[in-house]
Amino acid sequence: MSTSTLARSWRSLRGAGGGAGKPVPPGRRTGGARERSAQWVAWAFVAPLVIYLVVFYAYPLYRNVELSLKHYTVRSFVDGNAPFIWFDNYLAVFRDPAFVSTLVHTALFTGVSIAFQFTIGMALAVFFYQSFRLSGTLRALMLVPWLLPLIVSASTWSWMLNSDSGIVNSVMQAFGIGQINWLTSPSWSLVSVIIANIWIGIPFNLVILYSGLQAIPVDLYEAAALDGANAWQKFWRITFPLLRPVSAITVLLGLVYTLKVFDIIWIMSKGGPGDASTTLAIWSYRLGFGSTLPQFSPAAAVGNLLIILAVGFGLLYVYTQRKQQLS
Amino acid sequence: MIASSKTLRAMGALGAVVLVAAGLTACSSSSPSSSAKGVYTFWDPYPQFDQTSAWTKLVDSCGTAAGVTVKRTGYDTSDLTNKALLAGQQKRSPDILLVDNPVISTLVDAGLLTSTKATGIDTSTIDANLMGAGQVKGTSYGIPIGANTLALYYNKAVLKAAGVDIAAVTNWTSLTAALEKVVAAGKKGITFAGIGTEEGSFQFLPWYWGSGANLNKLDSPQAVSALALWTNWVKKGLAPNSVINNTQTTTWQEFMTGQYAFGENGTWQLAAIKASGMDYGILSIPAMAGGAATAPTGGEFLTVPVQSDTTRYATSAKIIKCLASTDNLVKTDTTLSYIAPTAAAQAKQVAANPALAPWIEAVHQAKGRTSDDLGTKYPLISQQMWGAVQKALSGAGLPQAALTTAQTAAVAAIAANNG
Repeated sequence: MSTSTLARSWRSLRGAGGGAGKPVPPGRRTGGARERSAQWVAWAFVAPLVIYLVVFYAYPLYRNVELSLKHYTVRSFVDGNAPFIWFDNYLAVFRDPAFVSTLVHTALFTGVSIAFQFTIGMALAVFFYQSFRLSGTLRALMLVPWLLPLIVSASTWSWMLNSDSGIVNSVMQAFGIGQINWLTSPSWSLVSVIIANIWIGIPFNLVILYSGLQAIPVDLYEAAALDGANAWQKFWRITFPLLRPVSAITVLLGLVYTLKVFDIIWIMSKGGPGDASTTLAIWSYRLGFGSTLPQFSPAAAVGNLLIILAVGFGLLYVYTQRKQQLS
Repeated sequence: MIASSKTLRAMGALGAVVLVAAGLTACSSSSPSSSAKGVYTFWDPYPQFDQTSAWTKLVDSCGTAAGVTVKRTGYDTSDLTNKALLAGQQKRSPDILLVDNPVISTLVDAGLLTSTKATGIDTSTIDANLMGAGQVKGTSYGIPIGANTLALYYNKAVLKAAGVDIAAVTNWTSLTAALEKVVAAGKKGITFAGIGTEEGSFQFLPWYWGSGANLNKLDSPQAVSALALWTNWVKKGLAPNSVINNTQTTTWQEFMTGQYAFGENGTWQLAAIKASGMDYGILSIPAMAGGAATAPTGGEFLTVPVQSDTTRYATSAKIIKCLASTDNLVKTDTTLSYIAPTAAAQAKQVAANPALAPWIEAVHQAKGRTSDDLGTKYPLISQQMWGAVQKALSGAGLPQAALTTAQTAAVAAIAANNG
């Protein structure tokens, strides 16, 4: 395509869009060739995005679905002629004795994390909103968990929670409380990784809710104060309802983020002891990369289940946002 | 002004088209530059060695001796299996692959490795028990660059303070009695790595094999007694609770605190313990009824992945022969703190460092994890075994129940992989 044709086609595009001349009803234009070239240019503009989406989203997703519907061994992974077994991998995953416990762990990990992250984040946001002396500095310090690389924070947590030499247990022993095997007891390891994840997630909630608070008009609080509302009533009657749109977004984004958390758990407990802190993300990794014989197909099946769950929450997010825009 | 804005848009469109075109060419033109005639690619799991290290220089010099340039890349061990499989899928395998021994059976199963017979690499000087991990159904697919295995390091000061005579520690009963004495004297007993990865299985295997158990039957009474031994140690406080999450590095750090009487660890820590100045001794891991237990071999194998251009094998084999010459083996295995795989190189190692003698003996007694024709069954069994170890040690299940579940799951996994 030469420069002049391009320029011409752009002129025609501008013409089609109205511009200076009279509006021309579509379909009644004279130059069909001009219109086609305009379309070409339009595609050229979209092409980088489309290629990006295909290369980085569509194709990997397609491969993942294909992996999960075929029976891949290491040999067929190299040869590329694995037989189709449709949903057998998924059935095997559902029938696996570890499936139910893994699903429960995922739900607990996500649910409890979000509940605490949101509550604490909200409390801190309201607290810092009263801008007192040093509140800016303190608020900045609260962001540290967010800024640290996950490998650093997760390793630090696992050292602090070490059964025999961790600081948490030594403090507890100083107060006469016995040793808790935070990461090595089947009843505590999930709790421990949830605690670490809550700590990491608080800044995200704090920042979004704090910015939401700033959008609430101050005169509402002044009016409430004149009517004799106390601090709790101000929060419950003004702050909370007016923050609802922001809260919904925070919780839904948190759901999608928390569902796929892998690194914190892997660094702290490897999903153990046994399966005690194994979530869907950990299970998928264990199947695919945990041993010297990768089982790609079941791993992809578990990964796809995770994607379906995340997409479910994502659609909920889109739906909520649309409803908010309409209202 | 309208005209100039039109030109601007036209140029924008042209720019977009050019960018896309450039992107497409970039995708199609990335053919492997490494398959050039005189350049041979070499992958190993030693990312700790950079371009200035003695290891890289040795690899380079062996390439020069064979008349080619060697391009070496070090990957993380856990990463190398998948990297090798992906490279095989893309038909871009490296010319030489140095890979952890339990991975060999997986790569052979994928059809990615050539046999030593096909490439003309001599295996006759290598210790037969070490070759086991590189063999599948009687065919050899590589040679070990060196070997390591596990034994018990003990702290003489701690044992002396507790009044334990190390010569009396010959089997599980006497070892447990020694641990009880140490703990009664206010010190700590034994530390090992029971983490839920291959490392945990590697550390458990000497006890497992020492009980007389076989990997084909995870729930045999012998296997249960091995797991019960570990579980009771943790329950009675003879081993710390942290063993459940210990890697071989963290268990070593625990032993190096000087509080522990025994630490289960490998050949590769020998240099570190000498530097620490601790008064230490080495004891073969005892079998249940006495004598040394069979320990698993660790260490990497030099292999030649399948190439479309089979004329490359001759040069690859030349480079491997150079790396596996007695002098070079001694050099490499001293750097890695490994035991050399040939009698000639072992003799040179022990002449230079007599402290290696018990380790050479231990390596002679050791066995590959994928041996006994287990092959690719081993990873599936191992995964269930470390799961059972974790469950029993953490108290989530009793040893018998945990191993019965593991056996059922292992059989199912093997059937699913074949079916």
